Amino acid sequence: MVAEGLRRTSLYDLHVGAGARMVPFAGWEMPVQYAGVTEEHLAVRTGAGLFDVSHMGEVRVEGRDALAVVQRVITNDAARLTIGQGLYSPMCTPSGGIVDDVTVFRTADRAYLFVVNASTRAKDVTWIHTHAEGCAAVVRDVSDETALLALQGPRAAGILADAAGADLSGLAPFHFRDRVVIGGATTRVFHTGYTGEDGFEIASAWDDAPSVWTALLEAGRAHGTQAVGLGARDTLRLEAALMLYGNDIDETTSPLEAPLAWTVKFEKGDFTGRDVLLRQRTDGPVRRLAGFEVTERAIPRQHCPIEVGGHVVGEVTSGSFAPFLKRPLGMGYVPSALSVAGTPIRIEIRGKPAAASVVKLPFYRRKKIPTEVR
Amino acid sequence: MYPDDRRYTREHEWAKAEKGRLRVGITAFAAERLSDVVFIELPEVGAEIREAEPFGVVESVKAASDLFAPVSGKVVEVNRAIVDNPEMINEDPYGGAWMIVVEPADPTALERLLSAADYAKLVGAEGT
Repeated sequence: MVAEGLRRTSLYDLHVGAGARMVPFAGWEMPVQYAGVTEEHLAVRTGAGLFDVSHMGEVRVEGRDALAVVQRVITNDAARLTIGQGLYSPMCTPSGGIVDDVTVFRTADRAYLFVVNASTRAKDVTWIHTHAEGCAAVVRDVSDETALLALQGPRAAGILADAAGADLSGLAPFHFRDRVVIGGATTRVFHTGYTGEDGFEIASAWDDAPSVWTALLEAGRAHGTQAVGLGARDTLRLEAALMLYGNDIDETTSPLEAPLAWTVKFEKGDFTGRDVLLRQRTDGPVRRLAGFEVTERAIPRQHCPIEVGGHVVGEVTSGSFAPFLKRPLGMGYVPSALSVAGTPIRIEIRGKPAAASVVKLPFYRRKKIPTEVR
Repeated sequence: MYPDDRRYTREHEWAKAEKGRLRVGITAFAAERLSDVVFIELPEVGAEIREAEPFGVVESVKAASDLFAPVSGKVVEVNRAIVDNPEMINEDPYGGAWMIVVEPADPTALERLLSAADYAKLVGAEGT
């Protein structure tokens, strides 16, 4: 039973036909699972999984001042991007909180494409607009015309090559290629993902997504490709310790508290949030996001209190049973001194304190290819 | 579709009379909904449980769900096998995956629960 007023992607009928359980998510009616969270999760770790992420937003920034706008609105450095290349970055408030975490791609000499979270799309568009005021740059929300799929897993590259009839092995991580034809539709293929596996994200015209989806599932059939819902998308990204906006990061947390210091490039010049973040770097953040494993048979969930010595020192921002690592784990902000691997902590789970230990992030790192894809 | 040798709660537990005691488990519908069960937490033998209140928890990958007591009474047996093998819940919900045996405080309590036909109707309405 799904509430009124929810939007549907162009793949809705295919999801329902495949037996997906549909749930409301950020204003959209999305598949949370098809075969089951564990099965889908393992398919991505060992073969390949196909996700509908058309609910995500896409925003173009184009014009003579496009780079200047991008540089002020994100913390990472877009000046180094070649055409066809992208990066991951937070956008910060003046006080160093995170407005959203996005990927930004340089699509032409003076054109950039932001891929943003569904839950923050409207806010992000306004935020980017604010940064473009008085500049020679046009900001355009193209989310409604852009569908996005993700094909993730060790088999993804081979499946994509089969479906596209094109060799994409030369496509470096965090780069994209235009005019890749899949299922008769023209797509843009990004070498990116949100699972901790090698993988690709495929953008197409909104109404072309069903033929792209079908072609990829068809090509993947021999490789055990599964359709994957938001449930496994969350457990996959948690094992890889990728941030979920609204859970692990938001406007009250900074990139230096989260494990995102690598995305803040102070040397690139001014950007929104720089002063506060610079001070935070000098002083050292008071708290940090720590990963932990629960060593009892109990599963930490978002908002469970984190305790040390009988005192609450923080709360869980994300927690689950990890289907591939096969243990309960989570993340949460704790005083920096307690964020060191090996620190014993307790997680209060349904009123009872469960023993846990701080561990190094990520929980899971894939073996083969050394470059991290996000 | 639902065995008619037992009765059901609106919270998807079943209770089956056995020599004045009640064997309690969850229905196939609930087991399906709780896919990816990881841990099951059950009371100790001797624990008092109260009708419509939680007596245990099923933890799946994505969520924790309470188990609700179909009747009030005293727990006289607990199925340790499913605690060690939670996947049994999906394989044999009406047999091997029973959860507890209860000595009911009121021997007629079972009669107030749903019949298999009424439960099927309830699930039919929820399932759509």
